[in-house]
Amino acid sequence: MLLCGLAVLGTLALIVYELMLRSSLSWHAFGFKFFGGRDWDPVSEQFGALPFIYGTLVSSFLALLIAVPLSVGVAVFTTEMCPRALRGPLSFFVELLAAIPSVVYGLWAIFVLVPLLSGYIQPFLGRTLGWTGFFDGPPYGISMLAAGIILAVMIIPIISSITREVLMVVPQHQREAALALGATRWEMIRVGVLRNARAGIMGGIILGLGRALGETMAVTMVIGNTPQIAKSLFAPGHTMASVLANEFSEATGNVYLSALVEIGLALFLVTIVVNALARLLVWTVTGGQPSRANA
Amino acid sequence: MPETKNTSGRTTVPPIALRRRITDHFMTGLSVLTVILVLAPLIAIFGYLVYRGIGSINWAFLTQTPRPVGEAGGGMANAIVGSAFILGLASILGVPVGVGAGIYVAEFGRNRFGDGIRFTADVLNGVPSIVIGIVAYSIVVLYQKHFSALAGGVALAIMMIPTITRTTEDMLLLVPQALREAAYGLGIPRWRTTLSITLRTATSGVITGIMLAFARVAGETAPLLFTAFGNQYWNLRANQPTAALPLQIFSYAISPYDEWHRQAWAGALVLIVLIVSAVAAVRFVVRHGTFGAA
Repeated sequence: MLLCGLAVLGTLALIVYELMLRSSLSWHAFGFKFFGGRDWDPVSEQFGALPFIYGTLVSSFLALLIAVPLSVGVAVFTTEMCPRALRGPLSFFVELLAAIPSVVYGLWAIFVLVPLLSGYIQPFLGRTLGWTGFFDGPPYGISMLAAGIILAVMIIPIISSITREVLMVVPQHQREAALALGATRWEMIRVGVLRNARAGIMGGIILGLGRALGETMAVTMVIGNTPQIAKSLFAPGHTMASVLANEFSEATGNVYLSALVEIGLALFLVTIVVNALARLLVWTVTGGQPSRANA
Repeated sequence: MPETKNTSGRTTVPPIALRRRITDHFMTGLSVLTVILVLAPLIAIFGYLVYRGIGSINWAFLTQTPRPVGEAGGGMANAIVGSAFILGLASILGVPVGVGAGIYVAEFGRNRFGDGIRFTADVLNGVPSIVIGIVAYSIVVLYQKHFSALAGGVALAIMMIPTITRTTEDMLLLVPQALREAAYGLGIPRWRTTLSITLRTATSGVITGIMLAFARVAGETAPLLFTAFGNQYWNLRANQPTAALPLQIFSYAISPYDEWHRQAWAGALVLIVLIVSAVAAVRFVVRHGTFGAA
């Protein structure tokens, strides 16, 4: 038993060791410039990870922008408003979203979401908001925006299930006190519930962010896989995870492979920090009973 | 006495200001809207999956290997079997370690060291699957010099361990302390109590946890891309590249051929049905079979 426990620790150590070992070549060749460089040229062995870091950050940020209001809304509805009989089925259905494999999300996104975007949503956004520069360019569908939307759908179950748990541990007398002071239901939710649950909701959001940062397949299938930094959300991009999925098995040359592993190492470190932060926040709220959203 | 009548009568609550009432209704409407917006993609995905998948599943799909581009027909039989094979390898490697670690943390880990393992398991749970693929690549593929089912199994096993550890711990903690004490009282040693009393009582819960981990990795594609790699033919040797259902769906989905798109949908439907039925079957056995000793 102790051995198995040690194996869990060992696995994490092994991951760190292997990633550092295999990326050392690239680390020695490029140093910190690796993370600031814009060039990704396997032929002349010049590698800079900035376009991928940019893509990961922007697509995850977009996903949060869409997913956070929706997830919190769903959680508020299930805990505070909906009839008791509906509560179980509703949370079951939302969690069903978490059971769909990422590659199936990608499949759906390619054949349903992308045509929808290129046919209707992107032309509309381009006409109305094109002047901001965020919605410029030809509406191909395959874009940063598509990646953000599909990521949002994937992280909604995580954020909303944790938010629901956190809302449920808000003491009942907080609600009663607010109602007794003459608050309407919304005022009660705002003052008595959401304000008390801030830290926990934040934890859920960060956990969702952790998932979005590392998500690979669905993003690879719709983001267009072009290492560029474009202002427009209609432009194709690339993320740290998607470049690994696309190029790792075909990488020739030690420096190329090493550069890819270094991207993996960076992705690993970022998600570790993000997840640890989220767990701490959720732990403090739910009193040490860690919630397991299968992130 | 008109004064007392006025004061002792029913207290009248002043009407709530119109603005507050409108805000209240508006916010209620808004949260109903969010529910609809969240459920819409769920229904759209399942609906479209069934609609496209049902039409494409036939006997050939389930029994044949892929045909070359341009030829109609063929199927994903090798990928379905390959997936089962890789998942089997992953379970053999991952389940004992996960359950063992869970037992350790629950029964012997009420200390800082146990907390450390618990936290590590949570951290491992959040490691992106593609990164785990890289690690499996560098510890298995680089030594074998070629892609293999074993490498895929190792990758999936690493992903299963943390989930199983945490659910096993939760399930063991549900077993009443009195049961353990009763066993100690009979002079049964601690290890024996853990295995024959605590673990046995919690069996159904532990198996449910294993199935959850299983269902979670069954649809994983990213860690298999450069470990199991995929294969157009049958393979049941652990040291050779092996087809897997999610990999096949991925490569067909990004291909330019309609026939392959059709098969990708069929594959996705099969994958979802397999995942859901595996979980449902085990839940059923656990509830009605001989497993539940409690």
